[in-house]
Amino acid sequence: MSLSRIPLARIAHARSGDKADWVDFGLFAWNAAGYTILAREVTAERVREHFAPWLPGEVDAWALPNILAMKFVLKGALQGGGARNLRLDNLGKAMAAALLRLEIEVEAAELDAALQQPRVGWWGEA
Amino acid sequence: MKTVRIGAGLGFYGDAWEPIAASIERGDVQFIASDHLAELTLAILQKDRQRDPALGYARDVVPLLLRLWPLMQRHGVRFVCNAGGLNPRGAAQAVLAAFAAKGLKARIAVVTGDDVLPRLADSTGAGGEFAHLFTGAPVDAVRERLVFANAYLGADPIVQALDEGAQIVITGRVADAALFLGPIAHAHGWSVEGALEGAELDRLAQGLTVGHLLECSGQGSGGNFGAQGHWQAIPDLAHIGYPIAEVGADGTALITKAPGTGGRINFDTVRQQLLYEVHDPHAYHSPDVVLDMGGIRLDDLGQDRVRLTGARGRAPGDRLKVVAGFRDGYKAEVTWGFSWPDAWDKSQHAQATIRALLKERRVPHEELFVEYPGLNSAHGPLAPLPAVDALNQLNELWTRLVLRTNEKAAAEGFGRLFPWMGLSGPAYTCGFTGLHNVSELLGIWPTLVERGEVEAGVQIELLGEAP
Repeated sequence: MSLSRIPLARIAHARSGDKADWVDFGLFAWNAAGYTILAREVTAERVREHFAPWLPGEVDAWALPNILAMKFVLKGALQGGGARNLRLDNLGKAMAAALLRLEIEVEAAELDAALQQPRVGWWGEA
Repeated sequence: MKTVRIGAGLGFYGDAWEPIAASIERGDVQFIASDHLAELTLAILQKDRQRDPALGYARDVVPLLLRLWPLMQRHGVRFVCNAGGLNPRGAAQAVLAAFAAKGLKARIAVVTGDDVLPRLADSTGAGGEFAHLFTGAPVDAVRERLVFANAYLGADPIVQALDEGAQIVITGRVADAALFLGPIAHAHGWSVEGALEGAELDRLAQGLTVGHLLECSGQGSGGNFGAQGHWQAIPDLAHIGYPIAEVGADGTALITKAPGTGGRINFDTVRQQLLYEVHDPHAYHSPDVVLDMGGIRLDDLGQDRVRLTGARGRAPGDRLKVVAGFRDGYKAEVTWGFSWPDAWDKSQHAQATIRALLKERRVPHEELFVEYPGLNSAHGPLAPLPAVDALNQLNELWTRLVLRTNEKAAAEGFGRLFPWMGLSGPAYTCGFTGLHNVSELLGIWPTLVERGEVEAGVQIELLGEAP
């Protein structure tokens, strides 16, 4: 069994948003094989650990198999809120990309499935 | 089955309105709904109103309507927006004055009653009234520093205004998605008030989901699409089409956009927006319905069409969300470039000098925040910094220093701590900015208010006349 270490960006896409001092993330698999990996690997605890060196806040997580997605909320992420946050990225818009840096270990076969299975969305093909 | 088509307007104060023209001309829409108010936009509007009591609204609504209202009239399109901000009547009057100068006419409804600042300002906080929604902190902590406090109204006043024949509806703070749910409920005759159940709540949940998908303009049609290696496949963002929804009487909806526009409507772009700024996806709260996204289906039909079904609704609670803003100190911001060689060491040296000056001069401050644009400002410590040797070999290093202080004078003096170092500090620096870059910071205070108390004060006023 060969394991690969990959950033989430290889098999997922994401968007972040802000409400008060919380940043929320939608994390999306391209297909069902990718979703199986996300749902198993990307737990609330794993996301909390990922951000802990930077933003040590609590994380809530929800799984949405109906849209092959995970939802995360990171609390205490914006120095109290967008209009008092001193960072250039005061609203956490680029933080979804920081989530996509999170590295997971996957078996070669399941990674292959996540990369090779067709995307669900229509991308201009006929 | 009868359907209604509604198109997205702006997604924030300052957004582009040209894409709306395509939705009107080629998108076959009956309504445009436009969201001008982010969480803290009211703070900007408050500063405007302090300067001039006639202001306090999102001023882009005037040029937007001067450009688009003739087009909307020609196509029989009605317009709903929250550009009223803190002064919906002022916004309507400004629009009507601008219209009069151009010979345009419209029947405009003004919705007021969302302002609850006096209630928070007078509250003793007894029984946890107006406590912070997330932390439970008492309102005493910020009462003296509040600059605005507004409840999120629901779709009902918008439905009423449209029922009464308004062609343009201008509100203050309403739930963003209610700007869309209102016209949809009006067109289909859905009840949004009273004891609702089952299918009535589910169709409201569908309408709310439509609103949520459309309220951020181009972010619902392929804009801001975060996906390594795939964002490049979104065509022609320069001419993006804002999303349009076609909603049936049972709430079933088709998400699409005007033909011949850029962007992309597909399973991926639509679901990125579906979860945007959502916390518990099984309990997305609005004044009209609590949405459960757990059963939502997004069927990608191809050719920029996605069918939305399966949203489920529960009855909302008896309290409305309030967002208040409070003065929370000042920031002063400086950016400075250091060149090779030894850029990193020189930046550290300059920072140490500034910290020493702050201490010697007893400049009151809470924090001196430092980040390096080009290296770590987007991802903080999650962006791995090179080792010091490598940092000293960089061609250049930009350093951004931001002082947080409760004293305005301290903020105003911060930039002036730097210029002498141009001649008497480390060599090979450039691009210093921030001699006078001070702004007031605002904290945000989410809380709840009794629904009945707010709704009793909601008013709908009709101004202007139909052509």
